[in-house]
This record gives sequence, C-alpha cells and structure tokens, in this order.
Amino acid sequence: MKWDEFFVTGEPLIYGAMVSIVLVSLAIVVGLTYFKKWGYLWKEWLTTVDHKKIGVMYILAALIMLFRGGVDAIMMRAQTSMPDMKFLDGQHYNEIFTTHGVIMILFMAMPFIFGLMNVIIPLQIGARDVAFPRLNAISFWLFFAGAMLFNISFVIGGSPDAGWSAYFPLAGPELSPHVGNNYYSLSIQISGIGTLMTGVNFIVTILKMRAPGMTLMKMPMFTWSVLITSVIIIFAFPVLTIALLLMMLDRQFGTQFFTMQNGGMDMLWANLFWVWGHPEVYIVVLPAFGIFSEIISTFARKNLYGYTSMVLSMLVISALSFIVWAHHFYTMGQGAMVNGFFSITTMAIAVPTGVKIFNWLFTLHRGRIQFTTPMLYSLAFIPIFTIGGVTGVMLAMASADYQYHNTMFLVAHFHYVLIPGTVFAVIAGFHYWFPKVFGFRLNERKGKTAFWFIIISFNVTFFPLFFLGLQGMTRRMYTYSEETGFGPLNMLSMVGAIGLTIGFILLVYNIYWSTRYEPRDKTGDPWDGRSLEWSIPSPAPVYNFAVVPEIKQRDEYWFAKKEKRSLFDKKIEKIHMPSNSGKPFVLGIAFFFLGFFVVFSWWSLAIPAGLAVLIIMATMSFDRDHGYYIPAEEVAQTEKKLRGDTV
Amino acid sequence: MKIDATQPLEYGTEENRNKIFGFWLFLGAEIALFATLFTVYFVLVDRYASGPNGAEIFEIGPVLAETFILLTSSFTIGLAVHAMRLGLKKQMMMFMIITLALGAVFLGIEIFEFFTYVHEGATITTSAFLSSLFTLLGTHGAHVTFGLLWGIAILVQLRKHGLDHSTANKSFIFSLYWHFLDVVWIFIFSFVYLKGLM
Ligand code: HEM
Ligand SMILES: [Cu+2]
Repeated sequence: MKWDEFFVTGEPLIYGAMVSIVLVSLAIVVGLTYFKKWGYLWKEWLTTVDHKKIGVMYILAALIMLFRGGVDAIMMRAQTSMPDMKFLDGQHYNEIFTTHGVIMILFMAMPFIFGLMNVIIPLQIGARDVAFPRLNAISFWLFFAGAMLFNISFVIGGSPDAGWSAYFPLAGPELSPHVGNNYYSLSIQISGIGTLMTGVNFIVTILKMRAPGMTLMKMPMFTWSVLITSVIIIFAFPVLTIALLLMMLDRQFGTQFFTMQNGGMDMLWANLFWVWGHPEVYIVVLPAFGIFSEIISTFARKNLYGYTSMVLSMLVISALSFIVWAHHFYTMGQGAMVNGFFSITTMAIAVPTGVKIFNWLFTLHRGRIQFTTPMLYSLAFIPIFTIGGVTGVMLAMASADYQYHNTMFLVAHFHYVLIPGTVFAVIAGFHYWFPKVFGFRLNERKGKTAFWFIIISFNVTFFPLFFLGLQGMTRRMYTYSEETGFGPLNMLSMVGAIGLTIGFILLVYNIYWSTRYEPRDKTGDPWDGRSLEWSIPSPAPVYNFAVVPEIKQRDEYWFAKKEKRSLFDKKIEKIHMPSNSGKPFVLGIAFFFLGFFVVFSWWSLAIPAGLAVLIIMATMSFDRDHGYYIPAEEVAQTEKKLRGDTV
Repeated sequence: MKIDATQPLEYGTEENRNKIFGFWLFLGAEIALFATLFTVYFVLVDRYASGPNGAEIFEIGPVLAETFILLTSSFTIGLAVHAMRLGLKKQMMMFMIITLALGAVFLGIEIFEFFTYVHEGATITTSAFLSSLFTLLGTHGAHVTFGLLWGIAILVQLRKHGLDHSTANKSFIFSLYWHFLDVVWIFIFSFVYLKGLM
C-alpha cells in the first residue's frame, strides 16, 4: 500500500482535520507535562475502577462524539442547503452520513446512557459498587478503543461509506473495495464486546446488589429501565457480533455470505442487521424513559403515576422490539403476509408507549411543578416525541411506506424520536445528576437559555424534512437541482442546524462557567429528590454509602425525609473496595492495535497484537488482588467533611 | 474430607456467587450467538451453488469420534468438579488434564477434517453453504481452543495456590463453559452432520 492511499488526501477539509488533530494532541501532551498531571491522570482516571469515574469518562467521550457527529451533520446540511451545492463531493457525502449515523447511535447515545447508568445505578439501589468493577473498566476501554478506531478512519484509509446500516452488496468488497467498511466491522465489534459485558455486569448488579428490603417492585424507574435494557443487550448484541464477523469474512476472506453469486444472499445481512438494529433503538430509548420518569416525578413532587404499568409497558416494548425488524425493508419484496405481520407488530408498540405517555401526563396532573432545566427537557420531550411516534405509525403501515420509504420523511421521523428520546433525556439526566458527581449544580439560567435554543432549533431543523420527504426528496441524496423546489425548506433546515449547534455550545459553556462560579452544594440533595442517590453527600464518596440503608417502600428516602427519620442510624464499619488496575486500559490499547492491523489486513502485525490481547487477559486471570479496606474512622471523617454532621 | 453441602467452595463468597450468576448470563449471550450462527447455516444450507453439498463431503466416522470424545470430556470435567467438591486437588487436576487432552484430540480431528474438505475442493470461499459451515464449526472450534488455553491457566493457578475460593470458583465456571461447548456440539452433530448425511 502506498502512503497516499494510507493517508486520505485531496480535500482541504481533511487536511484541516489532520492539522487540528495533531495540534490538539500536542496541546494535551504539553499541557499534561507542564502541569505535571501525568501521574494524576494515570492514578485517578486511566486505572480507575470506580463506577462513578468510569461513568464520567463515558459521558466525556460521548460529549466529544456528539460534536464529531454534529460536525458531520452540519456539513451535510450545508451541502444540501442550496441546489447544486459544490461543498462536498458524492463520496465524501456518503462517508459523512455513514459516520454520522454510526457515531450518533453507537458512540454518542449509547455511551452517554452507559455513563449515566454507571454513575447512578449503584447509588439508586444502595450498592457500594457494580458487581464486577474491573470488568466495568474493561467495557469502557473497549468502547473507547472502538470509538477511536472508528474516528481515525477519516484521515487514515478512508471512512465507511455504505450507510450506518451497511447494506450488502453495497458494503461488500466489489462495491466498497477500500478499507472503510473494515473499520466499520472492527470498531463496532470491539466496542460491542464491551457493551455485552456492560449488560451482564448491570443485570448482576441490579439483581444481586440491591440494599436490603428493596424488592424489584420498589426499585426506581431508571433502575428498572436499565435492567430491561441490559436484558435486550444480552439477546441483541450477539446477533451483531455474528453479523459483523460475517461481514469481515466476506470482505477480507472471500466468503460468500452476502455476495450476489455462489449462493450468497444479500438480504441475510439486512435481516441480521435489523434483528439487532431495531432492539438497539430501544436500548437507547428505554433508559431515557427511565430518566424522564425520575425527573418528572421529582419535579412534579408526586409519586410516579402507574408504576406497575410503567414496568409492564417496558417489558412489552422489549419483547415486541425483537419481532418488528422487517419494517425496515417492506419494499424489498417480501410479500403481503410478511409485511402484514411486521406492520401489525410495529404498530402494536405504540400501545405500551402510549401507556407511558399517559402515565407521565397523569404524574404531572395536579403536581406542584418546578420548571428546572431537567424538567423543561422532560416536558418538551412529551409532545415532540409524540410527533415522532405518530409519524412512526404512519411509516409502520407497509402499504403507505411504499410512498415515503427512503425519503426525508423517514429522516425527520427518526430524528424526532431519537433526539427527544435520547439526546434530551441524556441532557436532562446530565443536568439532574451533575451535582451528585461534582458537588455543584449547573447554572439554571444558562441551562434554560441553551434549552430554548435547542428545542426551537430542533424543530426548525427537522420539521421541514417531513414536507421535503412527502414532496419526494430522497434520503442520502447529496445534491439536487433548482427545479425540484427543495431549496427553500433545506435552507430553513440549515438555519435550524446552526441554531442547534449554538445550543450545544451554550450547554458546554455552562459546564465551564458553573465549574468556576456556581456555589458548592453541601446538602447532597439540591433538588429535594426521592431516590437513594440523594441521601448521600455530594460529590458521592468512593464507597457511596457509609452505611447501607434498609428499604421499606418505594421512594424510601422521600418518605424518610417527610417523616424526619434517618436512613443511616447503624454504626459505620470498615468498607471493602476493589483496587485500581492499569490492565483494562492496556487491554483497550491492545484491542485498538489489533483492530487497526486487521482493518488493513496486515496479518504479520495483527497476530502479535492478538497474542498480546490473550496474554493481557491471562495476566488478569492470574491477578490475586483482593482489594483493600477503608477503615471505619476514615469513612466517618470523610462523611463529616462532605456534609457536616447530618449522619 | 467432608463435603459442605450448604456452601461448596466455589459458592463461598458473595463475589463467587455473583461471578457464577454473571457467567450464566454470559452463556445466555453465547446461546444467542450460536443460535444466530445456526440460523445463518439453515438459511444457506441448500445454497451450495456449483460446490459440493453436505452429503458429498460429510463422513460419519470422524464425526462420531469427535462426538464420543467431546461427550467423554464433558463427563471427565464433571468428575473433576466432583473431586473438587470432595477437596481432592490431585484427582481434580488429573481429571482436568484428561478433559483438556480430550479437547485437544477433538480439535486435532476437526482440523484434519477441515484439511480433507479443502483437499476435496470444498473451501470456505466456494459457496454460501460452505462459508456458513466452516464459520459455524470454526466458531465452535475457536471456543474449544480458547477453552484449552483457559483450562491450562486454571491448572497452573491450582498448582500455585491450591484449592481455594478463587481457584474453585474459576474451575467451576470453566466446567460450565465446557459443558456448554458440548451442548453446542450435540446440536452441530444432529442438525449439521446427521441431517446433512440424510
Ligand atoms: C444534531 C443535529 C443533527 C442533525 C442536523 C442531523 C442531520 C442528519 C442528516 C442531514 C442526515 C442524513 C440524511 C440523508 O441521508 O440525507 C442524518 C442521518 C442520520 N442521523 Fe442525524 N442529525 C442530527 C442528530 C442525530 C442524532 C442525535 C442521532 C442519533 C442519536 C442521529 C442519527 C442519524 C442516523 C442513524 C442517520 C442515518 C445515517 C444513514 O443514512 O446511514 N442524528 N442526520
Ligand atoms: Cu425498527
């Protein structure tokens, strides 16, 4: 391979990106050295097994990815903002919508949710940690390795360009001969292993490590949603693992799974992909439902309405999510019976979802509503998500779908569910739980300004796309002529996208501003919350709970506050903690290189890298580190320091 | 030594119990993984294009041997766990070594089989049927290979640290894994080979 094939060349945008990557990396290295922070970085972050810190790293990575995916989005909107635009060429446009989709779903939405659940789930169930802290660190570093591998593709070798659904034969070796789709299969594979481990870890954590007395039906709704999500992960992700494996074999080893000759079957890919892909959208949206349930009940000052039906509806949604996948290809010739089946099951999902919407409305009904920033996002979510849901039912009708299939109508629909359903949720959860991790709130005024920017711009960006779709503008089309008349609405959408960008920048600015100027919170309970995470000091100490509380009812902490009793009147004892380990991080690096060499089919390098992976795993197995104890006096002191003497 | 019926060593601590439960969940994922591979195989089994089909390449002899060997190894790993429960470290290690040896022989036959297929012009690239066959068998074989390495690592630890909560827990989890591989093989034997030969 020649150097000019290795590095992507010929585009000013890419050169700009290369220069900025080098500059940012240099700045980080120089900064860390100048401020002597290498040791701190290693000790406190890279080797940490503390679920809260791992959660923070997930969220940080997700925010960065939000901006990377956002830059892609802006570039696409800029390219289509006017007829016959010459900003990007067709190939570059293909690469950008592919990386945008993959990054937004797999490297932004999912990790953001994983971050929040890492931070909060143990706190909500009164646990000192997750079940397998070191495995948790491995999961994170595998995700990170996968994300980095995916992100270097656009400067080294070229990005995947067959859409985030990577349909064959388009993604196959004949039509996509360059390495882009190798990056796709390997980076998603690596982070997918991490995701599966996270699923296992959280099921065990939630089922086995709840505080005494917290039965399943006394768990907070967010915990419930994460439990159900983890079960979906365990069943859905192995399908993706296989699909990506077969993709790699087809592309790099000449097998015939999805080819057009020798018995290969391209529709097999479509089926495998969506058997994972549809549940995947519920993996990102169910935890969001959990987050909204928490926030709505906290700021309506009421018990969540219809707790049991909330749980049941999530269970029904998770079951249905596995039998609707073929609605993604009604038009690919599968006959009326099959389409009918998938059409009906798809529409059926609207029922449990509707139940949840009504439960939120009833929770709000006659509540003493406080319009905090997290609450505003939750309130905005309800109508906007409903628009997404209704247009989803329109798409679910197989016969009608022949009209809007692969048009901007679809693009509008899924952004109308994904953005309120996951992005608003993670932002709301971020504002809501921020003080628990850092000990101060984000500024409310600035938070609200960003909120209005984001909400209004969101609708300006995506509502016009419904009409563009109905007028026949197809999806993934990089340019169009003046006569189509698509110009004005696309320009409007571009204006909205700029507004969205400003909104997100304001959000990040708020983090910076609040870090410097917001008053610290000494109560540990700035929102007057209901669930256990608010009962401990902020920032939450490493061991979470000095004394493990006993639970008698739902929202125990809320009722304890009302009845003026303490949850923690037992004696403080020494606490066992797992020790840090650098191996998960090193394993992540080894996986990154393994992936990178396989992308380029450099087997003489890939084999040593694979051996390195095995050796690191073996040394982990030989580790006999059983952690350490924090003495009782130290725990008592930390508690005092963090919140006076309320214990 | 007496068996402590209420608390076997491998279930001794909370961490141990969580690990065993977590591993069961992981096996759930493994079931989904192999179920997907079987589905792919069933979808593609008749799509052998101009290449050979199952009946033309499968031979019952080696497959029966493989089946017999793997079943026996599932039995010996059971004996190893039984010895562990009795606290007999030496016997336990011996049965584990037998298990791994049987696993190695299984793998040897499988590799030999692959060579014959390829020799007969049935390679992984020949047809969709063969791609799915080799991938299904290969994934199972890779699991066995990984199991061999894992088992050796556990044996070394047993030697170094003796039988304690940690090594007993690992050995027990390993036995679950090994039984699982056997179950998958039964499916391969029935639905790939026997059905293919019919
Ligand atoms: C921040 C504002 C966003 C803008 C302006 C935006 C814009 C776009 C555009 C223009 C497309 C391409 C449509 C086409 O192919 O013609 C697209 C595709 C897509 N977007 Fe977004 N998007 C945004 C956020 C998100 C988020 C947050 C997610 C997911 C959580 C997401 C998921 C997707 C997916 C999955 C695709 C399909 C990619 C493909 O066709 O393979 N987007 N988006
Ligand atoms: Cu779907």
